[in-house]
Amino acid sequence: MTAFILRRSLQSLIVLFVMSLLVFGGVNMVGDPVDMLISPEADQMEIDRVIRDLGLDRPVTEQYWYFLVNAFKGELGRSFIFGEPALKLIIQRMPATMELALFSLLLAVVFGIPLGVYAGLKPEGKLSRTIMAGSILGFSMPTFWVGILLIMFFSVNLGWFPSTGRGETATYFGMTSSIFTADGLSHLFLPAFNLALFKLSSVIRLARAGTREVILQDYIKFARAKGVQESRVIRVHLLKNIMIPIVTVIGLEFGSLIAFSTVTETVFAWPGMGKLIIDSIYNLDRPIIVAYLMIIVLIFVTLNLVVDILYSFLDPRVRIKGAK
Amino acid sequence: MKFLRLLCIGLASVSFSLSAYAEDLRVGLKSEPSSIDPHYHNLGPNNGFSKHIFGALVGSDENQQHFPDLAVSWKPIDDTTWEFKLRQGVKWHDGSSFTADDVLFTVERAQNVPNSPSSFVTYLKGKTFSKVDDHTVHVKTAAPYPLMPNDLTTVKIISAKAGKDASTEDYNSGKATIGTGPYKFVEWVPGDRIVLTRNDSYYGKKAVFDNVIMKPIKSGPARISALLAGDVDFIDSVPPLDVARLKQDDKLQLSSGPSNRVIYLHMDQFREASPHVQAKDGGAIKNPLMDVRVRKAISHAINRDAIVARVMEGVAVKAGQLLPAGFHGVSEKMTPDAYDPDAAKKLMADAGYGDGFKMTVHGPNDRYINDAKIAEALAQMLTRVGIDASVETMPKSVYFKRASGGGPDKSPEFSFMVLGWGAGSGEASSPLKALLHTYDKSKGLGAANRGRHSDAAVDALIKKALATVDADARGKLLAEATEKAVGENYGVIPLHYQVNTWAAKSGYKYLPRTDEYTVVMGLSKD
Repeated sequence: MTAFILRRSLQSLIVLFVMSLLVFGGVNMVGDPVDMLISPEADQMEIDRVIRDLGLDRPVTEQYWYFLVNAFKGELGRSFIFGEPALKLIIQRMPATMELALFSLLLAVVFGIPLGVYAGLKPEGKLSRTIMAGSILGFSMPTFWVGILLIMFFSVNLGWFPSTGRGETATYFGMTSSIFTADGLSHLFLPAFNLALFKLSSVIRLARAGTREVILQDYIKFARAKGVQESRVIRVHLLKNIMIPIVTVIGLEFGSLIAFSTVTETVFAWPGMGKLIIDSIYNLDRPIIVAYLMIIVLIFVTLNLVVDILYSFLDPRVRIKGAK
Repeated sequence: MKFLRLLCIGLASVSFSLSAYAEDLRVGLKSEPSSIDPHYHNLGPNNGFSKHIFGALVGSDENQQHFPDLAVSWKPIDDTTWEFKLRQGVKWHDGSSFTADDVLFTVERAQNVPNSPSSFVTYLKGKTFSKVDDHTVHVKTAAPYPLMPNDLTTVKIISAKAGKDASTEDYNSGKATIGTGPYKFVEWVPGDRIVLTRNDSYYGKKAVFDNVIMKPIKSGPARISALLAGDVDFIDSVPPLDVARLKQDDKLQLSSGPSNRVIYLHMDQFREASPHVQAKDGGAIKNPLMDVRVRKAISHAINRDAIVARVMEGVAVKAGQLLPAGFHGVSEKMTPDAYDPDAAKKLMADAGYGDGFKMTVHGPNDRYINDAKIAEALAQMLTRVGIDASVETMPKSVYFKRASGGGPDKSPEFSFMVLGWGAGSGEASSPLKALLHTYDKSKGLGAANRGRHSDAAVDALIKKALATVDADARGKLLAEATEKAVGENYGVIPLHYQVNTWAAKSGYKYLPRTDEYTVVMGLSKD
C-alpha cells in the first residue's frame, strides 16, 4: 500500500509539472494583461512602469523559472488585479465552492440512489418511466438555462428561496460554512440543486443499470430463496454490489463539480473559486488562472488516488498492485 | 417528495424572517472594485465605489460638473499656481480633523502604491503641492495647467494618521479605511459583499440609508432576477434588451442617461497599403481610407438611427461628435451625419472608388454594449454602398492588444475598427488628446490614436487649448478642434453615445451618472 501511494504521488508530481508548463505557456500566448488593467488615459511611462512591476518585461522562460522557484516555496504568484497572493485569493473562496460541491453531491446521492434502485427494481412501472425520462432531461438541459429557470420559478414567482449570493455563515469545529445556518442553507439550496442535476441524473442511470444487472445474479436469487427479507436483500446484497461504478463516477465527478461549478456560481453570484476563475480569465489575471488550474489538477489527482483506495475496501477482490 | 416540500417550506419561512430592515439598501453591482484602497487601481468601479467613503478636493456630480467638496474654493493665482482653500471643521471617520497635511500625505502616497496595476500618477505628476497654512494648499506646475480641478476630482483624500505605513491590504481589511465621506466602511468579503454604514458627522447632505450592502452579480439576467425576487433593491447595468420589458413593471423604477462614452470608428490613415483592405478581386490597392472623401462616404453610409433603434434597442443616443451636449468643449454646430447612401456612393466615385473595395471590420465582443452586433450592422450598411465588408470580433483581452500594437513594429494591426472612449475628465480635451492628436509616444499624446490620424492644425488647436486656463476660451478652442478633426477631417467617425440604465424597486429614484459610476448618494426616496 505504501509503495503504491508513493509511486502514485511521484506520478502526480510529474503530471503537475507538465500541466504547469502547458498552462503557463498557454496563458502567456493570449492577449496583453496590461491593456486590461490600465486606465486608457495612462501615458507610456505609466504603462512601462506597470509592465516592469508585473515582471512582464522579462522573457517567458525567465518568468516561468521564477514561477517554479516560488511554487516550491508554496507561492503561486501574485494576482495582477488584486495585488494579493493568488493562492490566498483562491483558498479564501474555496470553502464556498466546497460546500456547494459537497451539498450537491449529497443531493445527488441521497436522491439518486433510491430513485435509481427503484427504477431498476420496477422497470415497467409508471413512476420508473417518469424517473428515467426526468433523468434524460437532467442530462440534456444546459446548466445556465436551468439556473435562470430555477431562479425565475422559486425566487421570483414563489419567493421561496433567495436568488443570489451566499447566506450567513457560522463556525463549528473550526469550519466556517453557511450550511450551519438556516439562512445559509436557504441560499445554498437552489445553486446546489442546479449543480446537482447533472450528477443526480448520472447516479440514477448508474444505479438503475446496476440494479437491473445484479438483481438477476444467483446470489440474489439464493438469498430470496433462503427467505431473506426483501429489504435486507436490497440493502446488503444489492446495494453493496452496485456501489463500485457509482463510487468511481461520484469520485471523479466530484472533481468536475468543483472545477466546473463556474456556470452555477456565475448565475447565482456564488462567491466561490469558479466565479473567481471566470473573472480572471476575462481580465487575463494570469497568476490566478495558473494557480487555479494547478489546484484543480491536484484535486483530480488526489481524488483518483482516493477512489482507487476505496475500491479495495468495497470489493476485496480488487487488490492494489504493489501492495504485496 | 413530501420531505422535499417540507424542507422548501421550512427554509422559505426562515428566509422571510431574515429579510432586511427598511432603512438598509442592498445593491447588485455588475463589477466589484478590485480593492478598497482608493489609490490602488485607477479603474471605473474602484473610483465610483471610493466616493462613498472618501472625499476629493473637487467634487464631480452626476453630470461631471465640479462642486466644492473638501476644498471650498480654487483658483489660479498666477500662470503656474493654483490655490485651494480647504473646508474647515471636517472630521475623519475616526474623529480627528482634516487639514492640509492630509492632502500632502495623499499626494505622496497615491503616486507610490506598491503593485498598483494602474496608478494615479497620471493625474498627479508634474504638480508640486505645498502647504500655506492648515487650510490652504498651493499647487505649482511648470506650465499653465487648466485641467487642475478636473485632475483633482479623481484623487481621493486619505487620512495621514490612519494611512501612515498602511498597505493596500490594510485598506481592504478596514484597518486604514478612514475617510471623510457620507458612509463608513464596515467590511469587504471579496466576491460576496461590501458593507457600509452611515457617517452621521458628514459635512454634506446626510446619507439616506443606515446600512448599504453591495453584492457583485456579474451576470445580467441574474442581476435582474435578484431585483425582481427582492433580494436586492437596486442594480446597475441593465442590459438594453430588458429595458423595455422592465419599464412595464410598476414595481420597478428605471433611470437612464447618456454616458461620457462615445462609440466610434478608427480608420487606418497612415499606411499606403492597409492590411485589411483589398480591391474587390482580392488584389492590392492603395488604402482608400486615407482619402477624406471615402471616410465621409462611410459616415453617410451609416444609418445611425437604425443602429440606435434596432441594435441598441433604443437605449443609445446617436453621435455627431466626441461627447454629448452639455459637456465642456463640445461644438454647438455639429450634428450627426444624415444617412444618405446616394451621397455616399457619389463621394466614393469622386474619390475614384466607384467600384468599391473589400474591407474587414474589427471589433471587440465583450467590451461595449452590443459591440459585436454593432460591427455586424456596420458591415451590412457598408456593403450597400459598395464596400464588401466582413466582420471579425474577438474578446477584449485579445482585441485591444492587436488594435494598439499587433502589427509590425507594434503598429496598430487593424484597418477599420469599432472602439469606445469615455472622457474621464468630463471635457472634450480628453478624447481629442487621446484619439485625434498626432501619435507621440514620448509625450503621451495620441496614446489611443489607433488610426494614426494626423493634422498639424488640429494638433496646434489642442495644444493651445491645453494651455488655456480661461474656461470659456478653452471651451471654444476645443469645439473648434472637434469641428476640424471630426467634422472636416473625419479623423474618427462617431456612432453613438452609450446610455446606461439603472433599476431600483419603486419608491427609489437614481440620478443617472455620465461617468457610469454607481453611487448610492445619487439614489433618493420618492
